[in-house]
Amino acid sequence: MNIKTQTCGELLASYRWIADFFTENHLDLETAKNQTMSDYLASIADEQLEDLALDRDKVLSDFITFVTQMRELLGETAANRVDKLSILPGLNKEGEPEGFDRIDLYPSEIISIVGPTGSGKSRLLQDIEWTASGDTPTRRRILINDEVPDLKWRFSANNKLVAQLSQNMNFVMDLTCYDFLSLHAQSRLVQDAESVIQRILEAANELAGEPFSPHTHVTALSGGQSRALMIADTAILSTSPIVLIDEIENAGIDRRKALNLLLSKEKIVLMATHDPTLALIADRRLIISKGGIANVLDTTDAERRVLSELEIYDLKVQTLRRKLRYGERVDSL
Amino acid sequence: MNLVIVSGPPSSGKTSVILKTCDALKNSGHRVGVVKFDCLHTDDDKLYAAYGIPVKKGLSGALCPDHFFVSNIEEVVQWGIEEKLDILISESAGLCNRCSPYIKDILSVCVIDNLSGINTPKKVGPMLRSADIVVITKGDIVSQAEREVFASRVGQVNPRALTMHVNGLTGQGAYELSTLFYKDDLNLDTVKGMTLKFPMPAALCSYCLGETRIGDEFQQGNVRKMNWEQN
Repeated sequence: MNIKTQTCGELLASYRWIADFFTENHLDLETAKNQTMSDYLASIADEQLEDLALDRDKVLSDFITFVTQMRELLGETAANRVDKLSILPGLNKEGEPEGFDRIDLYPSEIISIVGPTGSGKSRLLQDIEWTASGDTPTRRRILINDEVPDLKWRFSANNKLVAQLSQNMNFVMDLTCYDFLSLHAQSRLVQDAESVIQRILEAANELAGEPFSPHTHVTALSGGQSRALMIADTAILSTSPIVLIDEIENAGIDRRKALNLLLSKEKIVLMATHDPTLALIADRRLIISKGGIANVLDTTDAERRVLSELEIYDLKVQTLRRKLRYGERVDSL
Repeated sequence: MNLVIVSGPPSSGKTSVILKTCDALKNSGHRVGVVKFDCLHTDDDKLYAAYGIPVKKGLSGALCPDHFFVSNIEEVVQWGIEEKLDILISESAGLCNRCSPYIKDILSVCVIDNLSGINTPKKVGPMLRSADIVVITKGDIVSQAEREVFASRVGQVNPRALTMHVNGLTGQGAYELSTLFYKDDLNLDTVKGMTLKFPMPAALCSYCLGETRIGDEFQQGNVRKMNWEQN
């Protein structure tokens, strides 16, 4: 389909989302329907364009770029597959080589990142997001599927390598959960939005301790419900192959289930944490010190046993919390 | 010398982003200076100075700060050359969302924040639409979904820009941004003869010239009335 010779109406029939371009740029789709974009723009009076602060040539070339980018976003899922992400070592803050030869990360794997505050966790995550190629302060290199990554991962607005979930994130839009998810689905050009939204709501309700309805405003959700919705939404709607988590607070959300949901969507999950349960849930943990990765530890069988014990305590604390909330008396842990 | 023009709505995080970017540029051995344009008052120059960054400020007072910028940018460039800067960053006041102080062939950066709401990209004119790089800030406090929706709205009005997320508080992303601020083969010695990317809005009515009285008989020059039929 040729963007330059088709009428806007013909383009719209194939790509519903070009309507968004018209709305965001204050253009009138009704008038444009029977014309090519270029003819439509030529038919708008100079004065009117000046009022809208639009430049005819720029709008035309932006339109072509926009349609091309969106078509790529729709068709490129295969090209965006990350089957393997590799970190090649650089230097720590003191200029010493890092303590590993190569780290390969695969989809459906959890890696925890531990180290004191200021030790260089953010830098590591930033190196991954920027697909560093020896050109960041750490001199690390990132490979995707054993190759030097395409630069699109650095600059594309819609195609980010890393999705982030952190402790202090909030919803700032005042919409119902349903409307909120519709908006997100629309921006991701999801064809079957209705069923995707239902899946996210179901998943989120399963993670949250207390259920919520599609009509609840996102700003009225509890901390646990918010996190549940954010995680379900990121797992199901975000196309970023890597999810970075900065702690998941142990309240109002089933953390195990949340991680399993992300893993079931073939995400690589990186988790910066000070929480022993989360650190041990991971298959491996990266030890960060002095700005570099000092060591990579596989979780041992003994550590898995410690984790099982920890989870028993976690469960006890949760049961205790529930009992107290509902006015029960407690006499033992 | 390289010139970078940074613009963006008030409180979007321009100064924080520039400070963190300057840090990264200094660490890679570049000499960088800043000119801050504002309207009535700014203390940002003191902030820059505290970081050891050569700084000048321009207050436009009763004039539109972007018009003021255009009238002064050549002198600013000459100051940067005298100071032997590798990179001169100009920070605009960013008031009305309509204007943009961008110059053709000079790197232009628009800083806009996630908290400003998803309808903001639609409201901001050439300042966002004609920027080469769009820096989105305050991403650490909004959900992943909102970041994605916001970025996609930015992509709808400026699909050709490089879009980056920078955290002005922690500096996350600032190093990456800094690598785009300097090109070895660029050596600017004047902006004379260059043109703005987009014309400034038409002005000059009696109120531009100091009229304070209200009423038809006092309105002269470029005057326009609201369209009551379409409203």
